[in-house]
Amino acid sequence: MTDSGTMMPPVRPAFDSASDATHPAVTALAAARLVLARDLKLAFRKRSQLVQPLAFFAIVTTLFPLGVSPELSRLRPMAAGVLWAAALLASLLALEMLFRDDAQDGTLEQYALSGGSLTWLLAAKTAAHWLLTGLPLALMAPLAGIALGAPNGAVPGIVVSVAVGTVALSLIGSIGAALTLGIRRSGALLSLLTLPLDIPVLIFGARATELAIGGEAYGVPLQLLAAVAVLGLTLAPLAAAAAVRINLE
Amino acid sequence: MSEFCLKGENVHLWRGDHHVLRGVRFQVGAGECLQLTGANGTGKTTLLRTACGLAYPEGGEITWRGQNIREDMRAFHAQLAYLGHEPPLKSELTARENLHYWIGVRRRLEGRELDQALERVGGNQWADRPVRTLSAGQKRRAALAGLTLMRVPLWLLDEPTTNLDAEGQKLVGTLIDEHVQAGGVALAAVHHELAVSRPNGLRRMELTFD
Amino acid sequence: MAWTWFHRLASPPHVYRLSARLTPWLAWPAALLIVAGLIGGLWLAPPDYQQGDGYRIIYVHAPSAWMSLFVYTTMAVAAGIGLIWRMKVAHAVAAASAPVGASFTFAALVTGSLWGKPMWGTYWQWDPRLTSELILLFLYLGYMGLRSAFDDVQRADRASAVLAVVGLVNVPIIHYSVVWWNSLHQAPSLMYLGKPTMPPSMYVPLLIMLVGFTLFYGAVLLVRLRGEVLSRERAASWIREAVRA
Repeated sequence: MTDSGTMMPPVRPAFDSASDATHPAVTALAAARLVLARDLKLAFRKRSQLVQPLAFFAIVTTLFPLGVSPELSRLRPMAAGVLWAAALLASLLALEMLFRDDAQDGTLEQYALSGGSLTWLLAAKTAAHWLLTGLPLALMAPLAGIALGAPNGAVPGIVVSVAVGTVALSLIGSIGAALTLGIRRSGALLSLLTLPLDIPVLIFGARATELAIGGEAYGVPLQLLAAVAVLGLTLAPLAAAAAVRINLE
Repeated sequence: MSEFCLKGENVHLWRGDHHVLRGVRFQVGAGECLQLTGANGTGKTTLLRTACGLAYPEGGEITWRGQNIREDMRAFHAQLAYLGHEPPLKSELTARENLHYWIGVRRRLEGRELDQALERVGGNQWADRPVRTLSAGQKRRAALAGLTLMRVPLWLLDEPTTNLDAEGQKLVGTLIDEHVQAGGVALAAVHHELAVSRPNGLRRMELTFD
Repeated sequence: MAWTWFHRLASPPHVYRLSARLTPWLAWPAALLIVAGLIGGLWLAPPDYQQGDGYRIIYVHAPSAWMSLFVYTTMAVAAGIGLIWRMKVAHAVAAASAPVGASFTFAALVTGSLWGKPMWGTYWQWDPRLTSELILLFLYLGYMGLRSAFDDVQRADRASAVLAVVGLVNVPIIHYSVVWWNSLHQAPSLMYLGKPTMPPSMYVPLLIMLVGFTLFYGAVLLVRLRGEVLSRERAASWIREAVRA
């Protein structure tokens, strides 16, 4: 403790007694909310980056009718697979930037030294990433699905499965992004690390979408997909925080 | 709680084959500012990063208030401010927004405090301009505003006067002065001696290659 | 007390010397068992009533597939120990294991696809085991790719350790999802392990091969571990003495 009696009278104290507290003055949740708000604001000030993964998704799904056949009867059986492969790649494309800027300008260092939970702050960043890529992809996927021959009734199933699946993709991807943030031109390596781990998401997600397109009940694969997302939610931010710390060392 | 004191005991750190920190010892207590000098590559930045717990020393230990910093890293971090080479600012946000998001993660901030801190570093003119339009010196000043806003007893500063004009360098000296006079602790890596008005409490330690 | 013992055991000079001393104790039994297993499997075991002699590739395929998982687990556990207790030697074990495991995985894929030709009439079938092996190969490649992307050995160790642990958590999920996926699209494939009707003359050589392969991995690991320790500790003074000796 500093003795306040010996203090010279500056304009204001250089530090206050709150710094003596073992707990940070801001709760982990409040800090995470602030990080989320910051990332959303940043994204809306650089809109081009926001649109790129969506445009990428649209282009990839356009390639298939051109490469396979314009007949919907031939496209429909592969629609789910095409949607999911495209969504996977689009989500991956955006991942490279997830921590990159913050690592370069020292923001991640400040987060790691904030006295709060780095895990929560990274979870908030990942949440922002999902809101900015996963959610728009989920809303766009039915359009691509219909273009590939899915009936209108499949729209809710496609939206829900892609929305839940991209949660898992963002979380798994956050580990890969954190591991490669010290590496220049990490795109190919990031794919090599992340895609094998994404395979369960692809399998369950594509199955749910396929069943939705076929007009069948898709509850089972959706539940499995949600289970993967929940597991990711509990473990991925921890692993990402460990990886960020390693790269700051 | 014991007195503010940051202490390094026989700190060793390797980067690959390179033995960067070779048994470094230092001690800096309340009311003191320790300036680290030394040529490029002697490990000033590494020592600062080790002292704040980012880098892990293979040998020796760093203690804060008599306790190894690894024992309760978060409590330690809650009491320190680290300013690295780059000001941690986003170019798309204004200086004020940057401080709001940066410091807000650590402690609750009031708008008035932000105004005062920005005024202190001479930022009234540019506080609401996007950081990408600011000069390197203005960014550094914004980072200094952030430093004062953290209200923590331990400052670890890496080249705090980089990019600053004469007046800005004096400002760094004054801020450190005030911090130290109030019983704070400062450890700064510097190229040139800091311009502090009250040199008592100011010490210097030189890192060398051998 | 227990800890000083532990640290002495894990100190690089000790590991370097110990692994040199242990290598022949693993290498010779491995060689003998593998030769015995091959003789037992390729000559003594009777032909399969359905597949004739074609099944005999199982004596290489099944142990390779087993080793691909065993090595990955060993690697991830060693990496996790290195990560938590900051133990250099554990990281060296993980680093030395990865290429060995990847080679076993590759061998399992090649033998599996060779076996597929007589069984399925094609070299590649999207069978759940083969698909899982393929994904495991990608996991190994990712691990080795991440390692080689760092200049600093310590950072490479710690970052790749996180990946290995994450991968280990994922391996069962990936395997389950692949089996589930496969069951939707085709009839279950032939079960070729743990077949209850297999006579002892068939499965005893298989067990011998399993043990032989495991010992072989142990021997290769020790040799590679010495190389790892040498290159990591090249600046240390004990290396000069050890190499001169």
